[in-house]
Amino acid sequence: MEKRVTFSRSTIGILFAVPQLLLIFTFFYWPAGQAVYWSLTLQQPWGGGNIWVGLDNFRSILANADYWNSITASLVFAGISTGLAMFIALVLAALTDRQLAGSRLYRVVLIWPYGIAAPALAMAFRFILAPEAGFMAVVNQVWPGFWDPGLDGADAMASIIVAFSWKYVGYNFIFFLAAFQAIPRSLIEAAAMDGSGVIRRFRDIQFPLITPTIFFLLVINITESFQDSFGIVDIMTAGGPANATNLMVYKIYSDGFKGLDYSGAAAQSIILMLLIIVLTIFQFRFIERRVHYR
Amino acid sequence: MVERTPFLNFFTHLILFVGFVFCVAPFAVVAIAASHNLKDVNDVPMSLLPGSDFWINIRTAWTTADLGPKLLNSFIMAAGVAAGKVIISALTAFSIVYFRYPGRTFIFWLIFVTLMLPLEVRIVPTYAVVANVLSPYQAILDVTGLSWLIEKVSGVQVSFSLGLLNSYTGLIMPLIATATGTFLYRQFFLTVPDELTEAARMDGAGALRFFIDILLPLSRNNMAALGTIMFLWAWNQYLWPLLITTDQSHATAVTELKQLIPNVGGAPEWHIAMAGTLIVMLPPLIVVVLMQRWFVRGLIATEK
Repeated sequence: MEKRVTFSRSTIGILFAVPQLLLIFTFFYWPAGQAVYWSLTLQQPWGGGNIWVGLDNFRSILANADYWNSITASLVFAGISTGLAMFIALVLAALTDRQLAGSRLYRVVLIWPYGIAAPALAMAFRFILAPEAGFMAVVNQVWPGFWDPGLDGADAMASIIVAFSWKYVGYNFIFFLAAFQAIPRSLIEAAAMDGSGVIRRFRDIQFPLITPTIFFLLVINITESFQDSFGIVDIMTAGGPANATNLMVYKIYSDGFKGLDYSGAAAQSIILMLLIIVLTIFQFRFIERRVHYR
Repeated sequence: MVERTPFLNFFTHLILFVGFVFCVAPFAVVAIAASHNLKDVNDVPMSLLPGSDFWINIRTAWTTADLGPKLLNSFIMAAGVAAGKVIISALTAFSIVYFRYPGRTFIFWLIFVTLMLPLEVRIVPTYAVVANVLSPYQAILDVTGLSWLIEKVSGVQVSFSLGLLNSYTGLIMPLIATATGTFLYRQFFLTVPDELTEAARMDGAGALRFFIDILLPLSRNNMAALGTIMFLWAWNQYLWPLLITTDQSHATAVTELKQLIPNVGGAPEWHIAMAGTLIVMLPPLIVVVLMQRWFVRGLIATEK
């Protein structure tokens, strides 16, 4: 897309872009480059020299069972929470789009969770899911020892999945509802006139028409599950018990800043960057098809 | 509603209502727990009738986590990020849409790429940059031999150093350095009719005048949407403020929450923790409720 009418003073034009360029150079390109450099060298924290080690950092990380454990945990977390958040949001949005009485209320309320900071909702869920107080305690009274996120890795993973999904149901709901509402009403009415019921219309008209949104949300949810999970993990489980919820970003943080292993953390960052870049490229292919100017 | 489907309608209402309950319940539980005293909050099952200690708990949480100054810090950071984004993105989008200069496509892609890597995955080196924000420039001068040259010619040793840890600038700037807003504006600018630009030029308006008097007033909707989204996004940031505010004076409300987690072995003061949580989640919730329209529009437009 290009403008036909433009301004001719190129210097002014470039000047307009300078603040942004300075910012992204200083806080984006330089650090990203730095991460590549660190991942290929062995760096002493706070000064000292850098020794060139080639791909050794990557080799030692990939040979580390803890790292693979972290990748597995991240993938389990990403898979289950994305599936859960998207499925629930899809059902709620499809039903809200039927515009029965009260649907305006749902449209307003169901997006609230997305406004809440991950650590704040993590705190709320830490209480709600606490084994000795709150609500899971009731279950524990009936079946003693049934639930303890502090000791059982699977319980801890379930806790952070619930907290994350709760927030992202709100997010996905906004997009699904917008997608449903973008479908021309006449299409639905014509199909109804031809005798197709609600379920049939959903399967043959609405669902195919929102597939771009589904792909888009799939990628966003997975990417966000890598980033936005940090606050939830830090407040709810701190990576434990026994590394069961030590997700990738949390591990980068604890290795880099707690363990002061900058080179190892940088190498992990690079791997995560590559993962996210692949996902993003995948996503842009769908966005390009989705966006229409004019 | 196209046809009568009483059975399906019943299920629609039922499922939506269940969704509604699950959505609101955590807010309600936090508020109710915040009103109990130490004994009642740890009762199993906890009473769902509000207790009487609400204001006492709020006050305790407020003083324990020192929330007054922390909320102010959060507010300054969120407002700073929102304002910075709204202004800088508008400038950049204007530059890449309304000018033809060599390297424009290259700049476009430079900015586009920043969408791919969120701050969280490059925190370690970004932290190092913020510790001395001029280090990239120092390194460039060193590598190119310019600092050696300057030292020979002027006798001044070049050594830049400007630390931004524990400062609002350090909190805000790295959060602005992404492309989200730029593309929102770009998409909008592309829909502004060319005739408007032609008319403005015919009336003798230069680029700057056109930008300030025509383009910006037209983008008011976009600015509100982008501002709302960015305010919420910045308010909810956790990892970045946690790292760079080693000194308590610049910590934000969200990072302070961690102080309120009941210690293992200590008294399970969930009522205080929930009161603090309520205080921290309230400002963004108010923004979402009041700015709902802009919030939804901004989300969908920035695809953030």
